[in-house]
Amino acid sequence: MSSRPPSHFARIALLLFLVLLAPVLKHLLEASMTTQMLVQIPLLVSVGLLLARAVPARWNAALANYDHAGINGLILATLIMALWMLPRALDASITAPPIAVTKYLSIPLLIGLPFALSWPRMSFIVRGVFLLELIATFFRMGWLYLIWPDRLCNNYLLGDQQRLGKYLIVIGTILLLWVAAKLLWGRMDSFAETPPSPPQLAADSGARHLDHGTPG
Amino acid sequence: MPILRTLLASLMLMVAGGFVLSAATDHFRAFTTETARRIEVHEHPVAVPDVLLETASGAHIDMAGFRGKWLLVDFIYTRCPTYCVALGGEFAQLQDRLATPLAQGRLQLLSISFDPENDTPTELAAYQQRFRNRGPGWLAARPVTAQGLGQLKRAFGITVIPDTFGGYIHNAAIHLVDPQGRLIEIVDMGNPDILAQDVVRSLDR
Repeated sequence: MSSRPPSHFARIALLLFLVLLAPVLKHLLEASMTTQMLVQIPLLVSVGLLLARAVPARWNAALANYDHAGINGLILATLIMALWMLPRALDASITAPPIAVTKYLSIPLLIGLPFALSWPRMSFIVRGVFLLELIATFFRMGWLYLIWPDRLCNNYLLGDQQRLGKYLIVIGTILLLWVAAKLLWGRMDSFAETPPSPPQLAADSGARHLDHGTPG
Repeated sequence: MPILRTLLASLMLMVAGGFVLSAATDHFRAFTTETARRIEVHEHPVAVPDVLLETASGAHIDMAGFRGKWLLVDFIYTRCPTYCVALGGEFAQLQDRLATPLAQGRLQLLSISFDPENDTPTELAAYQQRFRNRGPGWLAARPVTAQGLGQLKRAFGITVIPDTFGGYIHNAAIHLVDPQGRLIEIVDMGNPDILAQDVVRSLDR
C-alpha cells in the first residue's frame, strides 16, 4: 500500500469524507446510537488515518520535534476522543448544526490524523499502554451502557444503548484476545529495533497496527 | 531537546484539552443533555414562549395567560403507557398536596401534549380522568399549531423520539415556571412530597 503516491490516499480520504457527509447516510448512521458510535465515528477516524499518509515527509519530520515517542499525537487523540464519548456531545451533534460541523472536522483531523502520524513514533511500551487502555475503555463504556437504567442520550432508545453496550464488550474482548495472541505467538516489535528514518516514517505512517516494522 | 519540546507541547495540549472538556461538561457537572438542560435552566432561566393552547374543555388559552401564577408543567401524550402514566399519577398526587395554593389560584398544574393530532380535548379529558382528576388546578392542553409545539419543545428542552411500538419516548420531568413566565427549575418525577415542599417554599418567597 505504501508504494502508492500520497495523493492517492488524500483522494480516498476525501471521498470517504464526502460519502459520510451525504445527508442520507448521515441521517441513517445517526438514527441509532450503535451505528453512530461503531460505524460513523470509526469511519470519520479512518478519514484522518488515510489523510496521514498524504502528509509530506518534511512536515511530519518537523512535527516529530514536538512529538517525542508519539506522545502528543496520542494525548491529542485521546482528549478529543474523550469529548466524543460524552452522551451530550453525541446528542448535540444530531440536533445542533455547529456541533455536527465540529464532529465532522475534529474526529478526522484531531483524532485519526495525529494518531496515525504518531503511531510509528510510539515505543512498544506506549503502544501497549494505549492498547490496553483502549480495551479497558471498551469494557468500561460497555458495562456502563449495559447497566445504566436510564437513557444517556435524549435522542436514543434504552434498548439501543444496551445493545451498544453489548457490542462494546464483544469488541473489547476480541481486541483483548488479539493482543494476547500477538503477545504469545506474534511479532511485537520494539521501538528500539526499528529506528525509523524520516522518509521511511512518512511512507509507513498510517493505520498500521502491531505488525508494523521489521520482521523478526 | 525534542523531549523538552514534547513535554512543553504536552502541557499545552493538556491545559487546552482540560478547558475544552470543562466547557463541554459545564465544569464537569453535566455529561448528559438531560443534566445539562437542568443546570442551564437553573442558572439562566428561560422565557416561556407565548403559545396558544387548547384545553381539555375546548377552551383556548395563551401561555402568557398564566403570568402571575406559578406553573408546574409536564409534557405528555395520552396514549403513553410508561412515563406519562407516572407523570399523570404524580400530578394527581400534587393536586392533593398542593390543594391550598391551587385553590387560591397562585399555582397551576399544566400537562401539555406533544402529540396534538391524537390528543383531542376528549382524549385529554379522558387522560386526566384516568388519574381521578381532583378538579380545578390541573389543566391538560395541546398546542394549537405545530409551530407553537416546536417553540415549546425548544424552550423546555423536550426531545421526542418514536419508539418501536408506534408510540414515543421522551425525556420526562416536571418543569417549574415562575410568575414572570420564566422556566426556572426542572426536576425528576417520582418525589411528589419533595417537589410539593419546594413549590410551597417558592410560593412563600
